Amino acid sequence: MIEIVSATRCVECDICVKVCPANVFDATDNGVPVIARQEDCQTCFLCEIYCPTDALYVAEFAEGPTGITEAQADARQLFGSYARALGWKRGKAGGSEFDPTHRIRVAQ
Amino acid sequence: MPKPQKSASDSLLLQADVLVLGGGPSAAWAAVAAAESGAKVVLADKGYLGTSGATAPSNTGTWCVPPGDNRHAVVERRWQRTGELADPRWMLRCVDTAYRNLLRLSEWGYPFPSEDDGRLYIANLRGPDYMRFMRRRVLLAGVTVLDHHPALELLSDGDAIVGAAGVARQIGQDWRVDANAVVLATGGCAFRERILGASGLTGDGYLMAAEAGASLSGMEFTGKYTLAPYGSSLNKGLPFRWASFHREDGTPIVGPTGEPLRNGIGDREEEVARALIDGPVYARLDQAEPALQGWLRQGQPNCFVPYDRAGIDPFGELFPITLRAEGTVRGTGGIDIVSDDCATGVPGLYVAGDAASREIMTGAVSGGGAVNSSWALASGWWAGKGASTHARRRTGKAFRSAVQSLGQAGLRPASSPRADISAGEVIEAVRNEVTPLDKNFFRTGEGLEKSGERLGSVWRDVRDHLQGEGLDRVRTREAASIAAAGRWSVAAALHRTESRGMHRRSDQPGKSAAFAHRLVITGVDAFRIAGAPERLAELVS
Repeated sequence: MIEIVSATRCVECDICVKVCPANVFDATDNGVPVIARQEDCQTCFLCEIYCPTDALYVAEFAEGPTGITEAQADARQLFGSYARALGWKRGKAGGSEFDPTHRIRVAQ
Repeated sequence: MPKPQKSASDSLLLQADVLVLGGGPSAAWAAVAAAESGAKVVLADKGYLGTSGATAPSNTGTWCVPPGDNRHAVVERRWQRTGELADPRWMLRCVDTAYRNLLRLSEWGYPFPSEDDGRLYIANLRGPDYMRFMRRRVLLAGVTVLDHHPALELLSDGDAIVGAAGVARQIGQDWRVDANAVVLATGGCAFRERILGASGLTGDGYLMAAEAGASLSGMEFTGKYTLAPYGSSLNKGLPFRWASFHREDGTPIVGPTGEPLRNGIGDREEEVARALIDGPVYARLDQAEPALQGWLRQGQPNCFVPYDRAGIDPFGELFPITLRAEGTVRGTGGIDIVSDDCATGVPGLYVAGDAASREIMTGAVSGGGAVNSSWALASGWWAGKGASTHARRRTGKAFRSAVQSLGQAGLRPASSPRADISAGEVIEAVRNEVTPLDKNFFRTGEGLEKSGERLGSVWRDVRDHLQGEGLDRVRTREAASIAAAGRWSVAAALHRTESRGMHRRSDQPGKSAAFAHRLVITGVDAFRIAGAPERLAELVS
């Protein structure tokens, strides 16, 4: 589930507050958004790819927080890794035209 | 664009021809179709149109069957797999409309990939891109989109549905939309399993529709589970097509022929389910050749997020897996459709996507991603058109003063509210009956009866005492919807004394000719279950 909002990367655009389908974040008056309802996170990773500065990290475990720190996620270059795999950049969509799923369907 | 007005009670009031509830693909297609027919459309979603629902976080195939002589044969072959409950006429019209809408997407400029010969490959939709694209099309069509506006209940003028009401959860203000027709595109019920899209998929539309008098069908078909890395949300079976499976002591799990399993999807989920009831199960995607490994990684990047973040090489090492319950999302149950325009039988109320029963499309087996995805493309379109036609006929009749609010359980308890009954505990109690593999993947009459009694008791507490205030009403309504869906599912499963498709009764193995028809449920508190043999399809020869 969602575990990290990186204060060093976040530009306080509050896009995550808007796009999270589970309404996990709250905007704050003068700072970065906060994870207000972590338990509601559905671990869909979509906030990460909408974030224009790769400031969010969603850990793989869906049942509860893992306790991963920003330094650990940073050292393993995990910030923005799902967006890069898709071809999304700075919160903008991209890469679907290179999806090779048709080859998987043939193999299937 | 309708202008928001503030009412005396400081709630948001809008008027529309068509109100669409939901934020997944069928909601988007319904909104576009209604707007293209000239209707003034408002779309209100619990989450955010673009990320809500099971499609946005996924990469989904479609059931893409181009026109031509082969189409009947393809539909016929698929029908053979539906446990004889699907309707070939609906299947044919679905592939036709879905194909047209896939072409429409291409004309609009959706970035489809190309096949090796350069032709566009339109049989697959990448969820985040597709739903973001659809949001833009909905806005371009002039639809007013209300994100984070969960609906709590439908409104009726006594004759027809004339809108819905809810709460804007990010501003804490009530909303009401008066409309000449409402499309329920609220998705299925995942019973709060932690799977992709499930946070919003709590069966809200089922309860709202049933309170208005609509029926449900296929609710017994909730026995679909999909493999996922243990503890993850990634209920995507495709990579497990090329996997081996092992018990804790390293012994391989074998298929019906005694050979080790090399493919864990489809019917083979059954062997994995049996093993998981006994103890932990591990998998390794070791049947995928290197080229295929690359395509899987590049084509299904979401599936690899859990491995990469946990530091696992899924092609080389064993990792623990689980089977995730998928309720009616990959099950088939939902609101019963009574006519080609996706009407529910309640005047002014239409249904699309997973909120609708997909029994006519896929019978007793799962619609997986592909059939359900095409169903969203087609049923959204029909429901949007149907709703706008109904709205046009009703122009001038709407917005009567005598509007009734139809919401009951979770909103207006029948007896005194009790603080000791919480939404979270209700949901946990329902989950205990409808998600464990040994109760719901493999079913018995005895087990279902016990589950039915427990759910009956949960339901009585919900009906009589569960109430929320303000934003909490979203959670109490979700709990009421989940409780109602669980109760319907178990009752229908108990009624169907046979095994068919994903409904596996250990005490009643095999299909029974007496049950070669759909089961239709009507009513919320006291409901009745009736066979619908008269609605059986004219079968293709």
